Amino acid sequence: MSDAVPQADHNSAVPSPPRANAILKEILRGSAVTTILALLLAMIVGGVLIAATSEDVRESAAYFFSRPGDTFAAIWHSVYGGYEALFRGAIFNPKANGFVAQIRPLTNSLGFAAPLIAAGLGVALAFRVGLFNIGARGQMLMGVLFAGLLTFSLDLPMWLHLPLALAAGILGGALWGGLAGLIKARTGAHEVILTIMLNYVALYLLMWMIRTPGLLQKPGSNQPISDVTPESAQFPELFGPSFPLLDWGFVIVLIATAFVWWLLERSSLGMRMRAVGENPHAARAAGIGVERVYVYAMLFAGGLAGLAAMNQVQGAVTTGFTSTIDAGIGFDAITVALLGRSRAWGTLAAGLLFGAMKAGSFSMQAQGIPVDIVLVVQSLVVLFIAAPPLLRAVFFLPRTDVEKAARMRAKAAKKAVVA
Amino acid sequence: MKLELRGITKRFGGLVANNRIDLVVEPGQIHALLGENGAGKSTLMNVLYGLYQADEGEILLDDTVQHFRGPGDAMAAGIGMVHQHFMLVPVFTVAENVMLGHESTSRLGALDLAKAREHVRSVAARFGFDIDPDAVVGDLPVGVQQRVEIIKALSRDARVLVFDEPTAVLTPQETDELMGIMRQLRDEGTAIVFITHKLREVREVADKITVIRLGSVVGEASPSATNAELAALMVGRAVELTVQKQAPQLRDGGLQVRDLRVLSAKGEIVVDHVSFDVRPGEVLAVAGVQGNGQTELVEAIVGLAPKVEGSIRLDGTELVGKSVRAILDSGVGFVPEDRSEDGLVGTFSVAENLILDRSTDPLFSNAGTIKRQALDSFARARIQEYDIRTQGPDTAAGTLSGGNQQKVVIAREMSRELKLLVAAQPTRGVDVGSIEFIHKRIVETRDSGVPVVVVSTELDEVAALADRIAVMYRGGIVGIVPGDTPRETLGLMMAGVPETEAAA
Repeated sequence: MSDAVPQADHNSAVPSPPRANAILKEILRGSAVTTILALLLAMIVGGVLIAATSEDVRESAAYFFSRPGDTFAAIWHSVYGGYEALFRGAIFNPKANGFVAQIRPLTNSLGFAAPLIAAGLGVALAFRVGLFNIGARGQMLMGVLFAGLLTFSLDLPMWLHLPLALAAGILGGALWGGLAGLIKARTGAHEVILTIMLNYVALYLLMWMIRTPGLLQKPGSNQPISDVTPESAQFPELFGPSFPLLDWGFVIVLIATAFVWWLLERSSLGMRMRAVGENPHAARAAGIGVERVYVYAMLFAGGLAGLAAMNQVQGAVTTGFTSTIDAGIGFDAITVALLGRSRAWGTLAAGLLFGAMKAGSFSMQAQGIPVDIVLVVQSLVVLFIAAPPLLRAVFFLPRTDVEKAARMRAKAAKKAVVA
Repeated sequence: MKLELRGITKRFGGLVANNRIDLVVEPGQIHALLGENGAGKSTLMNVLYGLYQADEGEILLDDTVQHFRGPGDAMAAGIGMVHQHFMLVPVFTVAENVMLGHESTSRLGALDLAKAREHVRSVAARFGFDIDPDAVVGDLPVGVQQRVEIIKALSRDARVLVFDEPTAVLTPQETDELMGIMRQLRDEGTAIVFITHKLREVREVADKITVIRLGSVVGEASPSATNAELAALMVGRAVELTVQKQAPQLRDGGLQVRDLRVLSAKGEIVVDHVSFDVRPGEVLAVAGVQGNGQTELVEAIVGLAPKVEGSIRLDGTELVGKSVRAILDSGVGFVPEDRSEDGLVGTFSVAENLILDRSTDPLFSNAGTIKRQALDSFARARIQEYDIRTQGPDTAAGTLSGGNQQKVVIAREMSRELKLLVAAQPTRGVDVGSIEFIHKRIVETRDSGVPVVVVSTELDEVAALADRIAVMYRGGIVGIVPGDTPRETLGLMMAGVPETEAAA
């Protein structure tokens, strides 16, 4: 029965918002505690999977009843070994030679994290405005398309070429996101459909261009790949060549995070955006141009995805891009945004975590653990976070937001009468 | 069947929602449970209905202790509930809804709808109303949907019926009809619990009244008690139920509505050739049964209606065709009829809600950044001035009680320089204490020389505030009459009878 909520005050007949909105809100409103619990739970389940897939464990389990200690030792060895390898690959490698090599994994993690954070911010920003932006992939692809088409063939000094390419990429993403926002604002079409379909448009447009000489295809090549990113348009490494994966793109992403935080939490436009996301009816009645806010939000979201794309082509993959340049980041961004509760700094933290998992997965693989396990852990984290009731059931957390609100209301009423 | 609650205590964490509540409801009796929003009435009924387990105390039916583990047990024991938010499936027919949960089937597992239809018809005949068992519930008016709830509750031979705020969504006529049904049920021997916060209804229909405040029973009263006595018991202090106001000091200018036509999104005419004036210093109350074009009239004035023809002038400036933003900027204060839908962003703080329509005002923003200190001190001042009972400006507005939420909306709209105030259902779902406050504020606004339009379906409110009353029926204005027009005349006009005939 849906009536099973405490109703200290249920007097106004309120039509409930669409179910999808309610789910989104519940996900976004979870606390840091649930995030940490979700992580913990995912690590535990991941550990079970590591143990279950380990050869040693299976061999020793065959004679479990004669020597159970062997099995436990094998389980411990595989699970500890796995997570230790994750740590070594993602943060600090004590086995390496010299401090520079020891700390390199951390810089790798940051490098992997940069585009995830940027694209995650785009998705998160749209979430806060009540939009499911599934189009980060298409927006990234349009970003590289614009940057490649407009700036790769230029011959400019670095101080001009680098920001120009970056701006072109952000512009491409912003226009593609903004297009979805504009169509939604004008026609009321649903943004999920729009962004998914625009992903395909962007993908096939890009595929066609990198196969067409004179457009994006690398001159003198008949492969479907673009020209290399010009030297003068590449992000320089932040701490020199010993840390090849960490470049200035990461700094730009940090600045973008601060900007998104300011925009959403401190600016007056952000207040209007959040109002539209939480209650478009009230926003409209308060004189806020809801449609216009949708367009702004998608412009920002697309621009952030464009920034993610430029972290790829101006940093990670400079040897020319193909239609897979997004490397799944466009969809991982949704996960990162959810994990970060669609807050700017939360998304940063979630992006760092995912970057670390990506970096660490290589050394886990070297340990003999299938790379899929890392992906499973990632998916589990999100599953647990996106399903608060599941997490509450596992950890016996009784209180829902509704109950909390009822309690607070009653408390306030009590106080008011005493006062 | 006799219902008895003994020492029911229900806690949520540290909060005691029900504190040792005793209640006896005899068969053939309407027992009103009166209390403000948040007093613990609904919690108590949810305990009775098996939705919550009481921490202490017991439920007795005919002196036998009951243990309800869920609504199913309560229903089987003969308790029926008519919920405030109907528990109906909108896409199902009346008969399907009535049988839902205890479907009878024929041998092959097909639903036996004939039986449900028969039941619907027999109950409808018993109470003398007409209902089509095959009508889809979502298409029915709210009052009829409630009857479906009642039929559903009766279909399981409920001997104890709980009505949870049943009149909150009804028009005055529907309310009268509901009370007729309640009386008939009582006379047939059903024990009825009637939960409400509306004093008039209680006095009209109840045999016995129990008043609850802050989770405890604070007293019993007989239906002969005055409104003031009941209100004082409910709120815990003396409450002024009538607003003191002087004769209006009229000035020139104000709002002129001429030949206004509003079309719905589907193209139906919802406001039909409406003309009226509201001069600075007077309150024009728009009375009428819900759904006769009042909502659309208000939306047209503030620019929310999509298709508007005719003219709305404020101090000579045409408002039709302007954006909501421009209309608000020209000095129109707007209190929407559904505060949680249109008035507030529930998850926003009280402070943010107080400047929801002023986020670009240089008072509160500088180079696109919200001035947090200015906002905080503004919010604190408004909380003080409007007596908003909240823990602080940063509390989420959605966690406040209905009355305090409404005060947030009122405070926001009245803290600007106004040239017109439009308040739709300003006290719907608001507790008695806050009604008093809000009415005073509206009269103060009028006295400061602002034209005020109040839309209300509650005749009490219309009578309390109006200098003149415009009665709407089917999108048109039946007549504009003085504020002291007798209730009976207004009632007839609300049914479409022209003023001249109604007064006769």
